[in-house]
Amino acid sequence: MPVERALPTEEAVALLELTRELAAGEVAPHAAAMEERGDFPREVFCTLGEAGLLGLPYAEEYGGGVQPYEVYLQVLEELAAAWLAVGLGVSVHTLACFPLAAYGSAQQRTRWLPEMLAGNLLGAYCLSEAGSGSDAAALRTRAVRQGEDYVVNGSKAWVTHGGEADFYNLMVRTSEDGPRGISTLLAPADTPGLTPQPPERKMGMRSSPTASIALDDARVPVGRRLGEEGQGFSIALAALDGGRLGIAACAVGVAQAALDAASAYARERRQFGHAIVEYQGISFLLADMATGIEAARALYLAAARRRDAGLEYAPQAAMAKLFATDTAMRVTTDAVQVFGGYGYTRDYPVERYMREAKVLQIVEGTNQVQRLVIGRSLTKP
Amino acid sequence: MKIVVCVKQVPDTWAEKRLAPADSTVDRESVDGVINELDEYAIEEALRIKESAGGADSTVTVLTMGPEKATESIRKALSMGADAAVHLLDDALHGSDALQTSYALAQALGTLEWDLVVLGSESTDARMSVLPAMLAERLGVSQLTFARKVEVAGSNGSTTVRIERLTEAGYDVIEGSTPAVISVVEKINEPRYPSFKGIMAAKKKPLTTLTIADAGIESGGVGLAAASTAVTGFTEAPPRSAGTIVNDEGEGGRKLAEFLAAKKFV
Repeated sequence: MPVERALPTEEAVALLELTRELAAGEVAPHAAAMEERGDFPREVFCTLGEAGLLGLPYAEEYGGGVQPYEVYLQVLEELAAAWLAVGLGVSVHTLACFPLAAYGSAQQRTRWLPEMLAGNLLGAYCLSEAGSGSDAAALRTRAVRQGEDYVVNGSKAWVTHGGEADFYNLMVRTSEDGPRGISTLLAPADTPGLTPQPPERKMGMRSSPTASIALDDARVPVGRRLGEEGQGFSIALAALDGGRLGIAACAVGVAQAALDAASAYARERRQFGHAIVEYQGISFLLADMATGIEAARALYLAAARRRDAGLEYAPQAAMAKLFATDTAMRVTTDAVQVFGGYGYTRDYPVERYMREAKVLQIVEGTNQVQRLVIGRSLTKP
Repeated sequence: MKIVVCVKQVPDTWAEKRLAPADSTVDRESVDGVINELDEYAIEEALRIKESAGGADSTVTVLTMGPEKATESIRKALSMGADAAVHLLDDALHGSDALQTSYALAQALGTLEWDLVVLGSESTDARMSVLPAMLAERLGVSQLTFARKVEVAGSNGSTTVRIERLTEAGYDVIEGSTPAVISVVEKINEPRYPSFKGIMAAKKKPLTTLTIADAGIESGGVGLAAASTAVTGFTEAPPRSAGTIVNDEGEGGRKLAEFLAAKKFV
């Protein structure tokens, strides 16, 4: 059953219809087999780009879809329900366009943004390092200015689309001034000295490559710095606020897919002469799953509407990310339970959903970091 | 190259279809309407012909005959990339059969400028597969039906259209000159998805509504009362009966073969 959505415009209704059509026709059919093989679905991203789904929350003059977050996130939810590697990939790509769209000069935007929003160029975002995850400001990759170039040395870690992306947002240290010593560089994938490492061998989301990026005397022109020198950390955090909402929406998508699979199975599976959905032991489990999903969806939409209205939304985004991903973990675990032994096998999709949900509690700020963000917002003077 | 694609809105292919008890016509109100699947292939082929012909004067116009609701299918066709649409909309058309529909569409085509008319080779509701031939006959133009491949050669003056017509044995090559009517089968292409921008742009594209008077259609020549075919009665399909379960105790294969033979499948 498709989720019935209260959408703000007719345009949004048409967009969600198109998204469902693409999700059912071009995304979902490839998910199981490509995940099994760990293949990256580049063609799917091309199709979504042609349909205009890779630049939704950006300005029309650069080819964006001018959609509010409230609508863009529901598109992500539908894509993630079909295949998380794609939904999360669109979220990461959209996040990777943000530093240029929000902090780039007019000249930089005109030059690079249209190709990025059209999906001809796929994006990646490099903040974490092996030694700096939650404590992101401790990053050590160094960029030293030499004439009209920065010479970059170090290594970025946990980069989604690492090795597949066409451009990388590099958060690099340009001075020793802590968080104020970080700058953002937009480096093309073919930058000499920028070398993606073999992808991590992950528990799930095997079709979404995650890799370290080695930077060995990589020269990036000063003209590719986004914003001012030293502005990089605030750019990174602003991008992450939007990115967290993306993760929340993806989590709701995965949870919804798990609920749909579990309730369909519970209607079909018979034990002791009845469909198991007729037993409260199962139907109450499904009821709690559905309630959690509705609440998570309402929470990310409330945060999105704050963002769209120009209100402060960082704590609400953190709450939505925390709640939606914890909900997805619980819902997908319970979905496996509803399927019983079959749920633990790869013949059904729910074990994949469970493996996928786990990563969402970790990425773009662990759920412990989300609590830190929320807690700090409460004690601000 | 000016191309018209005839598009029909049909009841959702997967929905249970019913006839309206009052007049035995297809009940279009109680189910979702969708664009007839083969018509999407026709739109795609028309767009490809237009794109390869090039030139600012190459256009694709959608022509639909149907109730108000059919506008949804017109919008879909426009969002795929058609340039304009004409909706033949008149209560007097309700209940028209294939013969009358071909007359009405031929009259509507008379109000338009065109070199090619492209159609799907059948609709999923009536499944008669006769309309393209009837239309070509009424228009007195080349009839190139059941195409699995279309090639258009030459651009000025007379243009040659060569198709591969799908047959049970393989295919025939048929050639004609424009003006021509082409019908296509699903092997011909893979219809594109509309883009989000296409959906937005579709709202601003010209949509002309024609009454039967506008199209010069005689009111006595269309509609249920004047139809040359009639539904004299219908019954609901019987509910599906329980299947036969064959327990395989070493004899399963033989029993399956016997079952298939009894039903004349083998």
